Amino acid sequence: MNDTINIIIAGIGGQGVIKASDILSEAAFEAGYDVKKSEIHGMSQRGGSVTSDVRFGKKVFSPTIQPGEADFLLVLAADQVDNNLFLLKKSGCLITPEKLKDVKLSEPKSINTALLGVLSSKIEIPENFWEAAIMKLLPGKLSQTNIDAFKLGRNTK
Amino acid sequence: MMKKSLLSGNEAVAEAALDSGVSIGTGYPGTPSTEILEHFAEIGGKAQWSPNEKVALEVGVGAAYGKARAIVTMKHVGLNVAADPFFTVAYTGVDGGLVIVSADDPGMSSSQNEQDNRHLAEAAEIPMLEPSDSQEAYDFTVKAFELSEKWKIPVLLRLTTRVCHSKTIVNKTLKPSKGYSDFEFVRDLRGKVMIPSNARPAHVRLREKIAKLAEFNEESIFNRVENGTKDIGIITSGISYQYAKEAEPDAGFLKLGMTYPLPLKMIRDFSSKYKRCIVIEEGDPYLFNLIMAAGIKVEGKHDIFRLGELNQKRIRKILDGDNTPEEKMPVGKAPQLCPGCPHKTVYEVLKKLGCTVPGDIGCYSLGTLPPYEAMDTLLCMGAGITAGLGLRHILPEEKAMKVVSVIGDSTFIHSGITGLVDMVYNRPPTGHVVVILDNSTTAMTGLQEHPASGSDIRRNPAYKVKIEDVAKAIGIENVDVIDMMKNPDDVEKLIVKRLSEKKTSVIIARRPCILSVKLKNKCA
Repeated sequence: MNDTINIIIAGIGGQGVIKASDILSEAAFEAGYDVKKSEIHGMSQRGGSVTSDVRFGKKVFSPTIQPGEADFLLVLAADQVDNNLFLLKKSGCLITPEKLKDVKLSEPKSINTALLGVLSSKIEIPENFWEAAIMKLLPGKLSQTNIDAFKLGRNTK
Repeated sequence: MMKKSLLSGNEAVAEAALDSGVSIGTGYPGTPSTEILEHFAEIGGKAQWSPNEKVALEVGVGAAYGKARAIVTMKHVGLNVAADPFFTVAYTGVDGGLVIVSADDPGMSSSQNEQDNRHLAEAAEIPMLEPSDSQEAYDFTVKAFELSEKWKIPVLLRLTTRVCHSKTIVNKTLKPSKGYSDFEFVRDLRGKVMIPSNARPAHVRLREKIAKLAEFNEESIFNRVENGTKDIGIITSGISYQYAKEAEPDAGFLKLGMTYPLPLKMIRDFSSKYKRCIVIEEGDPYLFNLIMAAGIKVEGKHDIFRLGELNQKRIRKILDGDNTPEEKMPVGKAPQLCPGCPHKTVYEVLKKLGCTVPGDIGCYSLGTLPPYEAMDTLLCMGAGITAGLGLRHILPEEKAMKVVSVIGDSTFIHSGITGLVDMVYNRPPTGHVVVILDNSTTAMTGLQEHPASGSDIRRNPAYKVKIEDVAKAIGIENVDVIDMMKNPDDVEKLIVKRLSEKKTSVIIARRPCILSVKLKNKCA
C-alpha cells in the first residue's frame, strides 16, 4: 500500500475544510484512483478545530491517516498549524495560507480552493478533473470564483 | 453498468433504502446517523423526523406489520430510547421488511457515551449486519431488507462513525425501485398481541428462528475468508477490518459481516488453521466473548483498546502485545457557542445567580465550558428537567430554590414533556423552574426540523406544536415566553422572580438559531 497518498486538510469549523476534502476526493476519484476520505462531523461545526483525511491510490483500506503519516498537510487557518503539525510525515509537505501571501483572492472565502490549487501542482491529478470537481461541488456563481482561486493557487511558485 | 460514485456510508444506506423500495423512513437526528434520513428525503424517499427514536421505531414497526418496507435510523443512544419496542418486535416479527440502523460512536466524537450496540442485537435476539465501508453499507442494506422479509424478523444494521462519515466508492447494483403498493394488515392475534400467553410461545419461535439463522449464516454471503501468507489469523468485522488490513496485510482474515447470530462453525474452522488467531474489534470484546464462550480459543485485546476508536497504529500495538500507555494527541480548538448565540444570555444570568443547573443534550451543552461553566449535569435526553426535580426533592430549601433545569426545544419534544408531567404531579415542595432554550431547530446535529419548528424534513410547512400550550395544558403554573431578540435583559429579572415563588415555572427563551437564519437566507 506504499503508493497511497495521504492528505490532511485542517482548519476551523466553517472555513470549508470539508468542502475542500470533498473536491479533492472527487477529483481523485474521477481520475481513476481508489479513494477514501474521513472526518468527524458534529461538535466541530461550532467553531472548533476540524481535520479531514483523504487517501487515494491503487487500493485503500483504512479511511484515516495516522500521526506522522500525512504526505501533505493543508492548513486553512494560520493558528491551526502548530496543533496539526504532528500529523505530517518528516519528509511531508506543509501548505498554509503563507503560500498565498503574494496572491490577491477576489473572495477571501475561496482560500480553500486556492490552497487546493497549490496542492494540485504537487500531485498527479489532471487539471480538468479538479475543475469538474469544483463545478460539481460548488455550483452556480461560486464555480468561477473558485476555479479562479484554484488557478491562482496552482500557478503559485 | 451502473455508474460508480463517491458516497458516505450514510448516503449509501439511504440510496439502498430507495433502491429497495422502502415505503417510509423514520428517525430522530443524532450524530453520526443524521444524514441517512436527510439524504433519503433529498433523493425522493418518504422520510420523516419523529419526536424521538421510540416513536420512530414504533411507526416503522406498524408499517412493516402492514407488509411495507421501513427503515428507522438513530444514533447508538437512541436505541436505548427505542429499546422497548426493539426487544419485543423480535418476538412478533414483521410481515414486511424492517431495518433498524444504529450508528454507534466509539471515541465519542459527539456523544455522551460509547456504548457498543452489538450487545443489543444479541440481547434482543435480532440479526445484525456490520458493513465496513460505503459499498457494504449499500449492499448490506439491500440484503437486510431481503433477510428481514424472508425471515420475518427486523434486522439491525450497525454502523460506526467512520463507516457513516467516510466517503468511499460505491457501485450501485440496483435502480431506484418504484416500491410496492399491495399493503395489508393480516390479523394474527397470537403472533402480534404480546400478552404473556402469546409471548411465551413467541419467544420459543424466536429462539428457533435464531438457531436457523445461525445455520444460514454459516453459508451466507456476509462473511468471507481471505487467505494470508503469514501464520496469523484475524477475526474482525466493520471498520476494524479496514484498519487491520492496513496493519497486517499478510495475515489470514475472517471478515464477518453478519455478527449476530455468529457463524460459529466457520469461526472454529478458521481458527483451527492458524497457530495464532486473534479477534480485532473496536469497542467491547463482543465477538471475543461469544467466540470464547463457544469453546474456541482465540486471543483478544488488552482493556486499554476497549476505549476509543481503533486505527492501524493501535491494531499494530494489539498484534505486538504492546500495552504501554499511548501518546496523547495535541488538542485543537474546542467547539464553543457561536458568536451571537441566543443561549449565551441565559447562561450568563444562571452563572451570575449561582444556580445549580441540570442540563440536557444539544448545542447548549457547550454552556458547561468556559467562560460560562453554567451547566452542572448532562446525562441523557430529557434528564435536565427530571434530574432537576430529584435535586429539588432532596436539597434543603434554600439550595433547592437555586435549581434551574435547562433543555432545548427539540430535546423537550423528544423527552421533556413527561418530565413536565412529573413536575406537576409529583411537585417538589419548592416547585421548580425550567428554562427551555428554544432556537426552533435541532441545531447540534446540523439544523434538523422537529415537531415544534413548523417545518418538515424537507423544510416544507408543517403543523407546529406550541411548546407554551403544551406546558400550560400540563398544568404548569407560570408559563413565560421571552423573545431573546427583543428582551434579553428581561431574562434575569424573570428568572429571579420565578426562583423566589415556589411555583412550577417554565420560561421559554426563544430566538431562532443564528445558523438556521443564515441557512434560510441562503435558501431564499
